[in-house]
Amino acid sequence: MLRKFRNLLVTLAALLVFAVPALAQTQLAITCRCVADGVNSAQVQWLNEFVIPEFEKMMADQGNPVEVQLIEFGGSDEGLKEQYALDLSVGAGADVLGFDGFWIPEFVSANLLKPLDELAGGEVNDWEGWNRISLGLQELMGVEGKRYGIALGTDSRMIFYRKDMFREAGVRQWWAWQPRSWADVLEAARMIKETFPDAAVLQLNAGTAMGEATTMQGYFMVLLGTGEHMVTEDGKWIVRSPGILDALNFYKQVYVDENLGDARVQLLQDGRNRSFANFRDGNTAMLVEGDWFYRSVTAPGKEFAVTDRDVNMGWAAMPAKAPGEGLRGQDFVSISGGTGFVLNPNTTSPQEAWELLAFMNSQEALMAFQGIQPRIRVRDDVPVPENAFLTTTAQALLPLSTARPLAGIYPEVSFQAQLMTERVVSGEMSPEEAMNAYAEAVTELVGADNVIDLMP
Amino acid sequence: MQQRRSLLSIPASLLFLLPAGVFVFIFIILPFFWIAAVSFTNRTLTGRTAVDPEYVGLANYLRLFDPDRFLRSGEFGASLVITGQFVFFSAIVGQVLLGLLLAWFFFNRKGWVRETVQTLAILAWIMPDVVVAFAWFAFLDRDAGTLNQILSTLGIGKPDWLINLPLVSVIIFNTWRGTAFSMLLFTSAFGSIPPSHLETAAVAGANTWQRLRDIILPLIRTHIITDLILITLWTFNTFTPFLLTGGGPAFQTELVSIFTYRTAFKFFRFGQGSAVGMIMMLINLVFAIFYLFLLRRQQVKL
Amino acid sequence: MRLVRYTLARIVFYVTASLFASFFTLPLLWLAFAPFNEKAALSVTVPDSPSLANFGQVFKNTFAVRALFQNSAIQALGAMLIVTLFATLAAYALSRANIRGKDLISYGLVLFSSVVTGTAAMVPIFLLIFRLGLINTHLGVILVFSGGLLPAAIFIMRDFVDSIPRSYEESALVAGASPWRIFMDIAVPIVRPGMMVVAVWAFVNVWGGFLIPFILLRSPEKMPAAVAIYSFYTEAGTPIITLTAAYSLLYTIPVLILYLFVNWRYGFRFFGGIKS
Repeated sequence: MLRKFRNLLVTLAALLVFAVPALAQTQLAITCRCVADGVNSAQVQWLNEFVIPEFEKMMADQGNPVEVQLIEFGGSDEGLKEQYALDLSVGAGADVLGFDGFWIPEFVSANLLKPLDELAGGEVNDWEGWNRISLGLQELMGVEGKRYGIALGTDSRMIFYRKDMFREAGVRQWWAWQPRSWADVLEAARMIKETFPDAAVLQLNAGTAMGEATTMQGYFMVLLGTGEHMVTEDGKWIVRSPGILDALNFYKQVYVDENLGDARVQLLQDGRNRSFANFRDGNTAMLVEGDWFYRSVTAPGKEFAVTDRDVNMGWAAMPAKAPGEGLRGQDFVSISGGTGFVLNPNTTSPQEAWELLAFMNSQEALMAFQGIQPRIRVRDDVPVPENAFLTTTAQALLPLSTARPLAGIYPEVSFQAQLMTERVVSGEMSPEEAMNAYAEAVTELVGADNVIDLMP
Repeated sequence: MQQRRSLLSIPASLLFLLPAGVFVFIFIILPFFWIAAVSFTNRTLTGRTAVDPEYVGLANYLRLFDPDRFLRSGEFGASLVITGQFVFFSAIVGQVLLGLLLAWFFFNRKGWVRETVQTLAILAWIMPDVVVAFAWFAFLDRDAGTLNQILSTLGIGKPDWLINLPLVSVIIFNTWRGTAFSMLLFTSAFGSIPPSHLETAAVAGANTWQRLRDIILPLIRTHIITDLILITLWTFNTFTPFLLTGGGPAFQTELVSIFTYRTAFKFFRFGQGSAVGMIMMLINLVFAIFYLFLLRRQQVKL
Repeated sequence: MRLVRYTLARIVFYVTASLFASFFTLPLLWLAFAPFNEKAALSVTVPDSPSLANFGQVFKNTFAVRALFQNSAIQALGAMLIVTLFATLAAYALSRANIRGKDLISYGLVLFSSVVTGTAAMVPIFLLIFRLGLINTHLGVILVFSGGLLPAAIFIMRDFVDSIPRSYEESALVAGASPWRIFMDIAVPIVRPGMMVVAVWAFVNVWGGFLIPFILLRSPEKMPAAVAIYSFYTEAGTPIITLTAAYSLLYTIPVLILYLFVNWRYGFRFFGGIKS
């Protein structure tokens, strides 16, 4: 028995000795919510076909061979966030992490992330790419002027509409519909409802089941149209205001009073998919979404592909409540987010990890990505190739766009906003009651000193 | 009760208990103390309180029982009420009663009918959660689901189960899912009744119901209590309905287990989540003591 | 008259039995048909031409196949062995030795375990497994599942052990056999059907478990089927119904076979009642 054990030890030791040369090569792991043939498959393709081989070749040429391993994560965004929080809290995890920009503040305040230059040294700040990324877009993955990662791209939000349904209902200028106010949106919806009485005409996300998609594609898109944001310029959370009330009343009008949308879809666990299916099947004529809906969801060959998309599907900017009443006095509104990659502060090879991140965001690598899946990139020297939709929406909407509050507590406030819309569309509460419940919950979250009541 | 002769000496029995004891100590007792300790802090996993959590005394507990909001939807009290209904209808009425009924129905019968029905019940019990959730999603779908296809054929209409009757849906679901355990336990309990008892009763002219009430139920009293303890405990803590409804719509199916998950994981508030965990254990303890008390009282009466 | 009553009773019996059977079967009908339908949706439709194409697609997903036939199998079998063996040992000791407060111990542990297997405990469990250096290992998953399942397994197992007669053991004791011999040669053969019930119970619990492997594992190469099933989701995050249905069926078959085997070989039944 003892001898056997000793033999085992000797073998292990021998293995270790022989393994050392192999270990000398730097190992890097990168993880993202991406699965071949599943979620974000284009990212897997890009990483496996371009980034990893090219980066390994580049590093080998520089005499610093690196081996990169991609760990595909197939669960939900929330699940990935859980794993990151657990891993980072004990100093584990992959070296480069796919991250949603709005998670960063709460991870930073828990000391779970470090600024790039603190991790990989001053050379980070000399990277050529920073000159090609506007400050606003750098902030997508940053907090208080410090950069924690680089966004892969950004997006904008708008109303997608079915031209075929608009035409049949006789909506004016159905081929290039552009509402100027909420009233225009409702008017078109009513006309379509007459022609298609069973349709869930308008889809404006609400409820907690859709998570952040409710806050971004739903609540913010109406709230911003009232001229308000979630926070004031000096960082106070607005808990009661005419804007919140207007936004909730709009929800009420759509889902409760006039039945222009299907409240049920907002409450079901798989509601978001049902809303996509409704749009695909011509049961929904207007749907507020990000350009992802075009890039990926309805793309030809995908599950929710719209037949003859170029003919049947159009887009319009989301109007403010009335012209000039939107955020910053705008006529139209949009909000943007970004996902990208951050460095794990616990990485044993911060230099190499940074080089990988920088390589991923080089002009060359992003151009390669555009070949797989065109998108609005953060670098100004990476144009959107031959894609009229993305180019025009980016030009029209990005200048109007804003971002979520950069605060660690934001995800919880966002949940309260989702809950507030759920309470209204389910008919459980009136807009006033829902707003008061929101005010109470948010005040408890951030403290009475950090909230503001704008009700006259 | 007179203590029977020991068949195993104390040192030997401790050796027998050792392996399980080590596991239980590491994976049950240690985490339990962690939870107990953390329930008195404001510890989170992200955000500022992850770095330096503070001792907050009973604040987490008091917050759960804050009378102003206790019964509001999405709060602890509302969740307790939902869980109470869920446990009562799906565990006590559903699983225990249906299990008893099934066992009674097949009592003293053999053959393929019994084997088939029992196997089907057991299949529902042993299938993986995710699979069961998919199947029920398809089953309960308003437009295409099997249930509504049957109901509309019968002219009953097409209720929107998961939206309009969410709690009823998860109660039926959980009854379906867990009845097998009670059925198995009661089947064995019936098997342990000496046939002579029943024969005497039959001779005395007792009908089926009288036999069940006066002879069988008292004899399998301990089994019923055991079953109630385990089923109540398991139902109280089950998380599977989350896969069907996510606790919604509008928190209507937010069981305490789902409430804990939302508190502890969605926003990583482990202090608060642990406090809920502790209270759940106390409630379970009260249940167990209550059931055992029932058992003792009946024993004295006999 | 007699014949009429008998026939009536038979009819009532069959009708009631089929009601019971439908209650348990109807929710699963979809699972019986959808996997073989290339155009499966949420409705139950008998496919015009049953096909195995969905399975063909599923088997192309090496990650999911490995998850099912390798990872789930390792984790479920590992925990099953540990739980069954250690629970039997412990239950035997609790049944046969005069330990003070042993009932209290069994009840108390089941109570504790219900808290600890809940979501609140995932953080301490994660920290613990991290300290033990077992993150991203099958062993870590097996140990945690075993710890969580043992109390209830002991509780159920004690019931079996309590209900077997003591006389054989008593005579063996008089003949001077060691406790271990008595346990192995006399007790184990008698309680084997009970061990099988506990084994099946432990196996299915691990087989279906999602949260523990999800928290403790990282590489896709080690994830079990409960996690891997989410790889049959589209870009938009929706399940691909045809493939999830086929995979669900594959995922269910092993537990079904295990149950049928145990039922055929040992009889899947409980004995006695837990004495208190």
